[in-house]
Amino acid sequence: MRLLNRSAGRISKHRRGPVAGLVVLLLGLLLTGGLYAAFSPAQADETISSDEQIAKGRELFLVSCSFCHGQNGEGVRSADGNQLGPSLVGVGAAAVDFQVGTGRMPMAQPGAQAQAKPPTFTQDEIDALAAYVASLGPGPAVPDESDYSLEGMSDEERQAAITRGGQIFLTNCTACHNFEGSGGAMPRGGYAPHIRGVEPKYIYEALLTGPQNMPSFGNGDLSPEEKRDVIAYLGSLEDMPNYGGFGLGGLGPVPEGLAAWVIGIGLLVGAAVWIAAHTTRSTKKKVDA
Amino acid sequence: MDTTKVADTNGTQPAAASKPGRVGTLATWADERLGLATAMKKNLRKVFPDHWSFMLGEIALWSFVVLLLTGVFLTLWFTPSMGETTYDGTYEQLRGIQMSEAFASTLRISFDVRGGLLMRQMHHWAAMLFVASMMVHLLRVWFTGAFRKPRELNWVIGCLLLLLGTLEGFTGYSLPDDLLSGTGIRAADGFIKATPVVGTYMSFFLFGGEFPGESIIPRLYTVHVLLIPGLLLALIGAHMLLLVYHKHTQWPGPGRTEKNVVGFPMLPVYAAKAGGFFFIVFGVTALMGALLSINPVWKYGPYDPSKVTAGSQPDWYMGWPDGALRIMPGIETHIWGVTISWNVMLPILVLPMLAFTVLLLLPFIDAWVTGDKRDHHLLYRPRNAPTRTALMVALMTMYGLFWAAGGNDIIAIKLHASINQITYFMRAAVLVGPILAFVITRRWCISLQRKDNETLLHGYETGIIMRSAEGGYSERHLPLPESRAYVLTARDRDPVANGEVTPEVDANGVAAPRKGRLAGLRDRMRTVMWADNVQKPTLEELEAGHHHADHEHELQASLDGHAADGHQFDGHHLVSEEHLRDPHH
Repeated sequence: MRLLNRSAGRISKHRRGPVAGLVVLLLGLLLTGGLYAAFSPAQADETISSDEQIAKGRELFLVSCSFCHGQNGEGVRSADGNQLGPSLVGVGAAAVDFQVGTGRMPMAQPGAQAQAKPPTFTQDEIDALAAYVASLGPGPAVPDESDYSLEGMSDEERQAAITRGGQIFLTNCTACHNFEGSGGAMPRGGYAPHIRGVEPKYIYEALLTGPQNMPSFGNGDLSPEEKRDVIAYLGSLEDMPNYGGFGLGGLGPVPEGLAAWVIGIGLLVGAAVWIAAHTTRSTKKKVDA
Repeated sequence: MDTTKVADTNGTQPAAASKPGRVGTLATWADERLGLATAMKKNLRKVFPDHWSFMLGEIALWSFVVLLLTGVFLTLWFTPSMGETTYDGTYEQLRGIQMSEAFASTLRISFDVRGGLLMRQMHHWAAMLFVASMMVHLLRVWFTGAFRKPRELNWVIGCLLLLLGTLEGFTGYSLPDDLLSGTGIRAADGFIKATPVVGTYMSFFLFGGEFPGESIIPRLYTVHVLLIPGLLLALIGAHMLLLVYHKHTQWPGPGRTEKNVVGFPMLPVYAAKAGGFFFIVFGVTALMGALLSINPVWKYGPYDPSKVTAGSQPDWYMGWPDGALRIMPGIETHIWGVTISWNVMLPILVLPMLAFTVLLLLPFIDAWVTGDKRDHHLLYRPRNAPTRTALMVALMTMYGLFWAAGGNDIIAIKLHASINQITYFMRAAVLVGPILAFVITRRWCISLQRKDNETLLHGYETGIIMRSAEGGYSERHLPLPESRAYVLTARDRDPVANGEVTPEVDANGVAAPRKGRLAGLRDRMRTVMWADNVQKPTLEELEAGHHHADHEHELQASLDGHAADGHQFDGHHLVSEEHLRDPHH
């Protein structure tokens, strides 16, 4: 106690010194900063509350989406009764994360189908938009990575999941997306896009929400595990070597026929010309034999 | 003369033949038992003319050999059975899946048999090339007039080969029992069922009951490895025998007539060329088999009638009826409780049969129209038969458009077009396109004929620009070398000048009555056949042309003191000793 008193007294001597004010200020700042770091919620920059996020999302929505989807996401009909943009009530955060995250929304131009392009918004902004749209009515949430990852499974379980996923894929997806996800045509300029190399999150969201021409595969149609297996199968196609050589785009017999004619017949007719041009002759000069 | 090579003495002892070598002994042994010498003496020296376009059929022949070789390999492991089994092979994504033994053995060939995937892919590529080269060969034969008498029957055999090759390809495509081939068989089942009245019976007969049943793959296997290859072999044999019997056609040229064949003998020249070509075909097939993936059955998975994949197309040679089917408007008739599916029957049953019949009959229709009964061993250039050339180009255009329609979904996604718009376009294009192609090709050929005549009469363009004393510029034309002029003029004059059919007259100048009911039609077709064609110049026209050229030559020679004949620049002969201008002038 004496020691404390003595050292306090020693410090106290300097209380009117020239640097005392600065030291106290620095100590004060250190203390507040330290206390804030210790007691504040985990990440300071993500502290905006759900309400704030929704408000931010609403601002973005009013600027970028409301022209077609309406100021409250209620959808807009054109004069002749066509849908300019559908109602977003109840589509959920997953739909927003998919459509905006893959660049399909905002749409570059009206057309048969929204094209995927580099996304316009950052992930933060997308999250805000998603939070706002999710607040309009209950809908599927953005899936967590644990929903579609095979993490923590044994090799055998993993293999079983991939095999099962392949069968689900061939039954439900190939009719439009082709046997290895190269895509296919839909009526009137629509198309089922190429889905090899698409991020698992977006595949999961597409299954959940059924964007554009796609039917939605709710959890009653394909359970979360089945969705996960389909994603695992598609991933396994990516990881697999091209056993037969160059895959010609994975589009089936049409490019194969093209290759047979252009490469095969091209080379062989070329060879025929070459053989006929090199014939037995006694002089170097070309003879009209 | 040095006689030491054939006899050992010219002295008092009689000359004895030298002892034959080892090969000679063997040849004698064989000849004494098989009589080879007589047959070989003639045929080993058989002469064939030399031109690249005569080797197109050879591509088909050699790819057929590749098909036989790789096909035998595949039969060693393939199980043609629709019995259910559980896959337990190397390919992980399908392990534990129920599938037919046919599909399981295809996977086994692809993943567990050494070299199996290469053989499978080579077999498939060779099949694509087999049919493709037959078609290219067919086009060459038509465009150059090699289908004319006496070769009409060989044309028929060729057409049968094309048909059988297509069927062989389809049966092979169906064997692996993967999703794509199963879809193909399902489609074929639908086509058969579209036959009025007997369709269902035929389908049940073929499948041994309701589709898919358990018999179709074993049945197709027998057809694929035994029946059709046997027929193909026999017909290829007949095709080649007729080729030897008729002798090969040749391009016209100096010394080449309807009665000879100018070229090189079978041994050693063509044996080497053809043998070499086999290795090239084998090499190209092997390269394609090794580098380009074809029909990756493991990705399609086993056939299951509840599944289908986007981009389900047949192999290319079945693509054109598929295209016709895709663009056909949906027309059906319901009569007495029976549905007649015109939308399936017309494009897939009637159209191909009609097309094949027309193809088969082309030489006979041609002979009927022209009334030509002569033998033809000299070919013509496509431009010199404008109507025939245009007809085939029209047929090719139609084929090509139907073919493209068969890939309408791939075109739609790759060109970002609407599949509906493509379909509407194709519906009109398959009718309008061939007509346009006919007219354009015909006029194009006639223009080329005209150009040939100009070259013959006024010479070829030398690229030498002459300036006259008055300052005018003109290009120097020179007469064609005689051999070239011969080639250009070695063609028949069309029997009907300017398409005017002159009625046959008897000795008294009285028009003979027309024979047959179709004579009028034939006259009209003859008019179309030859109308507007340009005939080769007459002898008088040629001489007048040459005289004109000589005259001009003389006139210009005085201008520069030395006749610059223009050959200084065109490489027709050596020019080191010649000067454009007289150096002493």
